[in-house]
Amino acid sequence: MTTTLTEPQPQKTLPRERGQRPGATTRRRNWLGGLAGWLWLAVVVVPLYWILITSLKARSNYYATNPLAPPTDPTLDNYELVLESDFISYFVNSVVVTVGAVVPAVAVSFMAAYAIVRGWRMRFLRVVNGMFLMGLAIPLQATAIPVYLIIIKLQLYDSLLALILPSIAFAIPLSVLILANFIRDVPKELFDSMRVDGATEWGTLWRLAAPLTRPAILTVTIFNALTIWNGFLLPLILTQSPSQRTLPLALWTFQGEYGVNVPAILAAVVLTTLPLIILYAFGRRQLLSGLTAGFSR
Amino acid sequence: MSALTSSTGREGRRGILPWLAVPALLFFVGFAVVPLVGVFVLSFTTWDGIGTIHPSGLTSWRAVLTDPGLPHALWVTFLVMAVSWAVQTPASILLGTFLAGRQRYRAVLSLIYFVPLLLSSAAIAVAYRALLDPNFGLGAGLGSEWLSKDWLGRPWLAFGVVVFVVSWQFVPFHSLIYQGGVQQIPHSLYEAAQLDGAGRIRQFFSITLPQLKYTIITSSTLMVIGSLTFFDLIFVLTEGGPGDATRVLALDMYKRGFQADLMGPASAIAVILVLMGLAIALLLRRLGGRDAGESQLEGA
Repeated sequence: MTTTLTEPQPQKTLPRERGQRPGATTRRRNWLGGLAGWLWLAVVVVPLYWILITSLKARSNYYATNPLAPPTDPTLDNYELVLESDFISYFVNSVVVTVGAVVPAVAVSFMAAYAIVRGWRMRFLRVVNGMFLMGLAIPLQATAIPVYLIIIKLQLYDSLLALILPSIAFAIPLSVLILANFIRDVPKELFDSMRVDGATEWGTLWRLAAPLTRPAILTVTIFNALTIWNGFLLPLILTQSPSQRTLPLALWTFQGEYGVNVPAILAAVVLTTLPLIILYAFGRRQLLSGLTAGFSR
Repeated sequence: MSALTSSTGREGRRGILPWLAVPALLFFVGFAVVPLVGVFVLSFTTWDGIGTIHPSGLTSWRAVLTDPGLPHALWVTFLVMAVSWAVQTPASILLGTFLAGRQRYRAVLSLIYFVPLLLSSAAIAVAYRALLDPNFGLGAGLGSEWLSKDWLGRPWLAFGVVVFVVSWQFVPFHSLIYQGGVQQIPHSLYEAAQLDGAGRIRQFFSITLPQLKYTIITSSTLMVIGSLTFFDLIFVLTEGGPGDATRVLALDMYKRGFQADLMGPASAIAVILVLMGLAIALLLRRLGGRDAGESQLEGA
């Protein structure tokens, strides 16, 4: 049982033969799906390709050449231009906010999800769960104005902590939902045997539930990191000075500063996305299967 | 707190459980529930965002509800929601079903599909602004008359661009949800259908689609609630323009509150957004015929 639990694949499906997926409707070739698949690939790839090659073109060259042709003499000047601005400090700000929000968000969500699954008989925990579910149904951005007011009252306006605290709160509903779904799949007998062995609830949480749901924890971590790294509204309304800027906001101001220097703007787009591409390269299998399983139950 | 202590007493050894939920609860109450109540309270006040807050009764609501801009913003919000749902859902179901198949190249495709989701809305908007620029963008560079339209300068074109870019960003995510949904459909259903002589298209409409019912509800809920919060993308892409052609409610709230310093009316708009979100979620839940959260928990 424990080995299947480390797989992020849905576990509640019927037993099946190896290598055979339920719902694999594609015994024969799926022409329509295939066509749509390749068509969508073009829709996705062409803009991405254009962003990348344009960011490598000299500004003077850009207007003279075919925009879809690869650069004749690629240059990193645009990247240099972006890096010479305060890009590094915006990058550091983004890292601080993302790590500072994701780690506590996942930790408190995991503890709450564990409590909700294990203590489902307690009304208090059902009420808490209902509140988090409500958070899924409400566009939390609508609370921007009171959040702004609270941050001012806490005297945190224009600080990175101002971005971290609401980010944690906004990450909780979805994180709890996904984590609870996975913790529920841990067989009850394992919890029971832990208890017979005299383990405390706290010990069971970290030594049984956490290792067994590691794929889900990783999924939730990556997903929250993605959301918070890319956040725009909170930095826009809760900070003011350039020293507290995060990357998405910096990108928006770059656009104003560089005007029609398209290659430089696109180099900035690539640079702000690069960390996520690298993260994706390492965690993609995890992320994709985790999200597929996490959202589709 | 009384529920907390009583359950601790009853459960004995499990006394620690409720406390494990408290840290998450504190964050959520402090920065989501309190603000939720706060935005309702603020809608009955006058505040410029810096000075003191004055109670002003129904002034803000009167200002918002008599503003001809409101029906327009509601209409645009609804239109963005409906059209982007109508574009994204069939595309995501089709792609999700396709990706649930077995060939190896599908794994490579899904790898690339996912990349737009890594880009921030700000980055996507900035890139598309450059791409669609009538003088310096793709159309001008290719010398294509058709492509060098003033995409963001004409109301309906700008609306179309917003829907397209939203789909570009989120179809990958939703097709992933559908991929998971399709993979959970028992294979025996297809085998039975095959024995009955049902063709592929018949199988898709009689098995795949009905079996995806709850996945469609989940995906639609996320999509629709998400569309209420399309702020950053539209803010950077069109700033609500041209004119007010893409001024959705979330943007309207920001502009009234943080640009025009009218926090009272902006809060009233936010309350409308919250009510819309709740109404839509309840409606979808009713359509789904089950409580997405509860029944999942009970089915454990």
